[in-house]
Amino acid sequence: MADLRSDFVGIKSPNPFWLASAPPTDKEYNVVRAFQAGWGGVVWKTLGLDPHVVNVNGPRYGAIWGADRRLLGLNNIELITDRPLQTNLDEIKSVKRAWPDRAVVVSLMVPCEEVCWTEILKQVEDTGADGVELNFGCPHGMSERGMGSAVGQVPEYIEMVTRWCKQNTRMPVIVKLTPNITDVRYPARAAKAGGADAVSLINTVSSITSVDLDLMAPEPTIDGKGSHGGYCGPAVKPIALNMVAEIARDPETAGLPISGIGGVTTWRDAAEFMALGAGNVQVCTAAMTYGFRIVTEMIDGLSRWMDGKGYENTAAFTGLATPNVTDWQYLNLNYVAKARIDQDLCIKCGRCHIACEDTSHQAITAMKDGVRHFEVIDAECVACNLCVNVCPVDGCITMEKLPAGTVDPRTGRTIPAEYGNWTQHPNNPSAVAAE
Amino acid sequence: MTRGFEGADVKAGRLTSEQVAANFGDLHPPLDGHEAAVAADRCYFCHDAPCVTACPTGIDIPMFIRQIAAGNPDGAGKTIFDQNILGGMCARVCPTETLCEEACVREAAEGKPVEIGRLQRFATDHLMAESVHPYTPAAETGRRIAVVGAGPAGLACAHRLALHGHAVTLFDAKPKAGGLNEYGIAAYKTPGGFAQAEVDFVLDIGNIDVETGRMLGRDLSLDDLKRDYDAVFLSIGLAGVNALQSPGEDLVGVGDAVDFIADLRGAADPSALPVGRRVVVIGGGMTAIDAAVQSKLLGAEDVTIVYRRGQESMNASRFEQDLAQTRGVRIKHWARPVRVVADEDRRGVEFEYTRAGAGGLEGTGETFFVPADVVLKAIGQTLEAPDGPAVERGRIVVDAEYRTSVDGVWAGGDCVAAGEDLTVTAVAQGRDAAESIHRALTA
Repeated sequence: MADLRSDFVGIKSPNPFWLASAPPTDKEYNVVRAFQAGWGGVVWKTLGLDPHVVNVNGPRYGAIWGADRRLLGLNNIELITDRPLQTNLDEIKSVKRAWPDRAVVVSLMVPCEEVCWTEILKQVEDTGADGVELNFGCPHGMSERGMGSAVGQVPEYIEMVTRWCKQNTRMPVIVKLTPNITDVRYPARAAKAGGADAVSLINTVSSITSVDLDLMAPEPTIDGKGSHGGYCGPAVKPIALNMVAEIARDPETAGLPISGIGGVTTWRDAAEFMALGAGNVQVCTAAMTYGFRIVTEMIDGLSRWMDGKGYENTAAFTGLATPNVTDWQYLNLNYVAKARIDQDLCIKCGRCHIACEDTSHQAITAMKDGVRHFEVIDAECVACNLCVNVCPVDGCITMEKLPAGTVDPRTGRTIPAEYGNWTQHPNNPSAVAAE
Repeated sequence: MTRGFEGADVKAGRLTSEQVAANFGDLHPPLDGHEAAVAADRCYFCHDAPCVTACPTGIDIPMFIRQIAAGNPDGAGKTIFDQNILGGMCARVCPTETLCEEACVREAAEGKPVEIGRLQRFATDHLMAESVHPYTPAAETGRRIAVVGAGPAGLACAHRLALHGHAVTLFDAKPKAGGLNEYGIAAYKTPGGFAQAEVDFVLDIGNIDVETGRMLGRDLSLDDLKRDYDAVFLSIGLAGVNALQSPGEDLVGVGDAVDFIADLRGAADPSALPVGRRVVVIGGGMTAIDAAVQSKLLGAEDVTIVYRRGQESMNASRFEQDLAQTRGVRIKHWARPVRVVADEDRRGVEFEYTRAGAGGLEGTGETFFVPADVVLKAIGQTLEAPDGPAVERGRIVVDAEYRTSVDGVWAGGDCVAAGEDLTVTAVAQGRDAAESIHRALTA
C-alpha cells in the first residue's frame, strides 16, 4: 500500500487532501464532519477583524452545467467568515485538540496594517493551529475594501504582508494567490521574497456565470442587480494547472512548496496537480457538489494508482511532470504525427470529418467507395489533434508518430531523426544554427 | 346448425373502467423538461447524420435535438414540422427502432440510441401547445385541388398545398378526418384525443375545406373531381380487407381486426366494449399486434396470434412483437387456418402447420386446434380501386413524383406501391406529391 501521508511545510496530515478555505470549513460542525469522512486537513474559512462582515441575504452562488446538469463551474459572492472572531478561534482550538493528526490551517484576511496581522496571528497561535494561509485571492467584496485580491494583485504588498507575518509567528505561512493577474510568477516571487513557506493557488477567477435575460441582470441576481463573483470548479482546473506549472518551473521560485487548488474533483486531478509540482491539493467545489464522502474515492484512487506505478509516497511523483513543461520555442518541430482512426471502434458519427473539413485541414474523408467511411488523408493531416478532441469514442482516434527517415506525405520531406526547434528553424529570423 | 359462436364467452366489463384506463395509458409517456435535456445531451450532432437518412421524411434530427438542448423546444418543433407536419403522430407511432433510432450511432456504440422519438414528441407537443399555427400560407394562387382521403398522406399533402397558397378541399369517407391515425392505431399509442388535435393543428393553416362522409365511388367520382379541380390527390388507403378463404369465415364471431380497432378508438369508455375470453388473431402485421394487445388490455384471458410464416417475416416490428409478448399475448408461427369451428361443444380455429417449401409456403398436413370466443382477421387490407388510374398488384401505380397514369391525378399513402405502409412514409409521399402538384400548377 502506498503511503499517502503528507508533510507540507512541516504540517502533517494522513493524506494530501485538504479542504480549501471556503464554506465547507466555516465552522466546527462542518470540519468535524469532514474529518470523520477522512479529509487530511482543512484550511479554515478566512478569519477577519471584528465586527465581522455580513453576507447578502439573496443568492450567493451561480453555476454553469454540462450534460445531465453536471456542475462544471461555480461562482460565489460570499465573503470571509460572517461569525465573530472569537467564535471561530474557540472552535478551531476545539477541533485541533480533538483531531491532532489532521492539518488545521487558518486562512486570514485583515487590513494592510502590520498591527492587524500581528494581533490576529497571536490569537491563531493560541488555538494550536498548524499554520496560516494569507488570503490574497478573493476577487469579490473584500477586494473593494483593499483586501483579498487587491493585495494579491500588487507584488509589493504581498511581500510586505508576508514579511510581517513571518516576523510575527512561528507558524508556517502559506500565501494564497489570485489568478486575476497577467503573470502569476510575479506574486509568487514576491511571496518567496517575503519569506513565505509556500504558496497556494489558485483562488477564484473573477466571473459572471450567466445573465438572466428576463431581468437583464447577471447571475446570481440580488434584487435586480448582480456583482462579479469568484469562479471555481472543474472549469478552472486547466488555468490552475498552468499557473502551478509556471511557478514550479520558474527558476526564481523553483522548489517553493505549492498547495494546488482549482477544480480538483477526483484522485486523478490531484495526481496531475502534484505531478506538476504541488505538494498537496485543496478541494472545495467537488465537496460542495457531492458532499465530503468523495474523499474516499480520492484516497483509494490515488493509492491504487501509486501502487500500480510503484510510487511509495507522494513525494515520489511530486514534480515529475514539471521538467516536461517547456516553452513553445523548444518543442521538437521534427516530431511528425498523423491521426489514425480505429475503424473497429469508429461509430461513424462523422464529427472528426466535419470538424476537419469546416475548421481545419480537410484531412478526413466522409466517404470511400460510395460508403460512409472516415479515414485520415496523410497528405493533408497536420496532426492538430482536433479530431481526437471531438471524437466521442475514447481511444478511437490516436496520434501516431511517423518514424524518422520516412517521408511526411504532407510536406514531402524526410523526417529527421534529430531534435530541431524553432530557435534553430530557418524561418526564424533570429535562429541560431544548431551546433 | 349454428350460425356462429352462440354461447361464446364475449362480454363487456371484464375489467373496470379504471383498470382499462390505466391499461390504455400512454405507451411512451412524455419526457419532462429535465428528461428531455438529458436525452438531448446524448446526441452527437453527427455529420450527414444516419438518423436523417433513415427517416422517410428526412427530418433534421440533430438540429432539432440541438434546439431542445439549447432550450429552444419551439424551434425544434418547427424544424420537425418543416419536413413532417404530422411529426407529433410520427413521434408516437413510428417504429423508430427500425428507422432513426436503429441508425443512431449510439445504437452502434452502446446499443442504446438517442431517444429520438420521445424527443420529437417533446418538441412537437411544445410547439402544438402554442396557440399560433407556425406557418403562414403564401398568397392565394386561385388554384383548387381535391385531396381524397384525410389520412396521413392526405393531411400532409393538403397542408403543403395550402402553404403554397392553393385552395384545398379535403374529402373523407369517414365521419372524422385522420384516417388510420384516427381509426387504425392502437389507442394506447395516441391517447388523449391526439389524432383529432393534430388534424385541427394541420387545418389551422387555413386554405383547407374538409368534407367528411364523402366517399369516392359513392358520393364522388374521379371524373367530376378532375373537372371541378385543377388537380386531384388520391390518398384513399386500403379500404377493403383480405378474406381468410377458409370455411367458417362468415360465422358470427369472426371479425376484422381493423373494425375492432376502429370501434375501440371510437369508444368513449373502452371497458364497455365486448371482448372475448379467448381471442385468436390471424396475421403478422401491426394490425394483428394492435388487435391482440388491446384485447388483452380489455381483459381477454387467452390471446393468441397465429402467423403463417416465421418470426422474421412478420411485418410487425420486433418492438411490437415484444410488446405483445410482455402483455401476455402468445404468438404462434408457421401455421395457417384450415377452418373456423363452431360446434356445440367446440369453438375456435383449426390450424395446419406450415413450412417453407420449394414452391412457397406449404402445409405439413398436421393440424391443431385453438379454442376461441372471438376470431379476428388481420391478414391485410386491399385497395378499393377507383376507375381510371392504373393498378398493379393491388396498388395504384405512381411515378417518382407520385403521378398516376391519369393526367392531373396524383396518389400517395397506403394506396400506392411505394415504400412501407407507415404513417411517416405516407406523410413523405403526401408532402412530395404536393410539391409535384405545385410545380405542375405553377410551371
